[in-house]
Amino acid sequence: MVSNLAKENFQNWIASWGKRHSSEISDFKETVYLIRKSPLTMVGLAVILILTIMAIFAPYIAPYDPVTMHLDNRLASPSRAHLLGTDELGRDILSRIIYGAGVALKIVLIVLAIDLPLGILLGLAAGYFGGWIDEIIMRTADIFMAFPRLILAMAIGTALGPSLRNTMIAIALTMWPVYARLARGETLSIKERTFIEAERALGTSNFRILVFNILPICISTLIVRATLDMGNIIRIAAGMSFLGLGAQPPTPDWGLMVSTGRNFLVNQWWVPTFPGFAILLAVFGFNLLGDGIRDISDPHLRRGRQ
Amino acid sequence: MVKYVIKRLILFVIVIFGVVTITFFISHVIPADPVGAILGENAPQELVEKMERQLGLDLPLGQQYTRYLKGLINWNFGISLRTQKQVSEDLRVYFPATIELALLALLIAIIFGISIGIISAVKRNQWPDNASRVFSLVGISMPAFWLGLLFILILYYHLGLIPAGGRLSPSISSPPMVSGLYLLDSLIAGQFRTFWDALYHLLGPALVLGWIQTAYICRVTRSSMLEVLNEEYIRTARVKGLKEKVVIFKHAFRNASIPVLTMIGISFGYMLEGSVLTETVFGYPGLGRYAVNSFLSLDLNAVIGSVTLIAICYALSNLIVDLLYAALDPRIKY
Repeated sequence: MVSNLAKENFQNWIASWGKRHSSEISDFKETVYLIRKSPLTMVGLAVILILTIMAIFAPYIAPYDPVTMHLDNRLASPSRAHLLGTDELGRDILSRIIYGAGVALKIVLIVLAIDLPLGILLGLAAGYFGGWIDEIIMRTADIFMAFPRLILAMAIGTALGPSLRNTMIAIALTMWPVYARLARGETLSIKERTFIEAERALGTSNFRILVFNILPICISTLIVRATLDMGNIIRIAAGMSFLGLGAQPPTPDWGLMVSTGRNFLVNQWWVPTFPGFAILLAVFGFNLLGDGIRDISDPHLRRGRQ
Repeated sequence: MVKYVIKRLILFVIVIFGVVTITFFISHVIPADPVGAILGENAPQELVEKMERQLGLDLPLGQQYTRYLKGLINWNFGISLRTQKQVSEDLRVYFPATIELALLALLIAIIFGISIGIISAVKRNQWPDNASRVFSLVGISMPAFWLGLLFILILYYHLGLIPAGGRLSPSISSPPMVSGLYLLDSLIAGQFRTFWDALYHLLGPALVLGWIQTAYICRVTRSSMLEVLNEEYIRTARVKGLKEKVVIFKHAFRNASIPVLTMIGISFGYMLEGSVLTETVFGYPGLGRYAVNSFLSLDLNAVIGSVTLIAICYALSNLIVDLLYAALDPRIKY
């Protein structure tokens, strides 16, 4: 008898899931609709998907190994065997570009994996507690933002020693203030709302309020911002490796490929041109997607289109 | 307003102090091995010690820091190990070259960015708008060094429209130093051939930097204009029977121009960064290339000098943007 009742309850609970979440479902449907309605966002999404597929399945897609040298086949022009030609060590450029997608995405993901939690932690602390904690964190952020990003990343990268790992650390150190500021701003505006006051009146601890009430709202704002920054991260990393202060050979890094290919610009134009085009395309894709997501998440635009 | 200005100035001082301290940390506390880079890894111990003494690297960190601050106040960074000259003297030569480049690029970016942005907003969703949106998105996605290489390949090797690099042709001597900006100095001295030659050398890098910044300014102009064009008073102006030109320039653009001005200020800061890549590609002897070369040869004093100067300029341009913003928009109260 009891089990029957429980069963019925459970079935009701399942059946009413759609009803209880109807606003979220319609919200999600609208988001999908808006993305599909915006051709530029779709193009961006497609570029990112292709990049991701290239990165994950590189060993199966790439026709050749990205680092093995074939000195008898140096600087071959694009042909059927090597669609984008070969570089100064006889390596297939197409294969190196395919493997390079993995390097670029790895940089983006690791930088954000450092900066999002760091920014949230510092921003929440600054916004929620205020006072001298806020003052110290935000002034430090101001100081870090007073350097042009590439210059600071170059300086940190050089001091640590040029390598792909240090490039990621350096870029992460230049980007955290953006996220800390955003998280702080969100926290400040949420903190004063009535529902937080109600929580506090109920005796909820600071920690619980931060984690369960403020954090979720911050995360969505920061993710929108992060998609806008992804292209920039790739561009800065490429700039650093182009200057010789980032990834080192034989890493199939796009910026590095342009850098070494520079010497062959005139007679073997394909060596620096194709990897550079890959950078442009990847950054372009991320920017399109970022723009699209920003527009879609903007409540003004959303209501305007309904 | 006065209170805001004072607050902002105090922040500026704090930021500069912080910048200087971070630069010290980066150069003295976490460095790769600068002495090893100069002398090679197998240098004899005595030589290494002598070099360390010369650079002051053997002192305790606190003393190094005070020595470093004292040097900064006198704008004395010591001698560059790469060029064997005073770093401050090097900076005096290379810095104006970059300012000249940045100003020319900014001029290009302002002219094209604003006009394309306005056209784009007025012809919203028609083909000029779509074309300009793609153009500016490509622009902000463009790696500056790669665009520079394409320019060199096409404009230098194939068309011969731009020179190989440098600030002046070898046959032309630099104009008498007044501001350090060759364009300005050559006009002051009345040397028109030098003027054209300097402009000719600036063209390539200025177009690369300029295009990328055009993209940013164009985007901001477009979105700001779109916002204003939707306002009621624009409709009123049109209903009144004013000419479309008057409506767009006098009523709309004036009110849309504050974000654009902010963006122009920010652009100037970006250019200090962009100059690093552009100057390296074009072989243009400016601050950016000087910085890169000092980084690559771990030339400590030159690194500190160039990073400090770049950061101060950047912070200064941010300060000006903030103050201008507060002064221009009567709705903003502090």
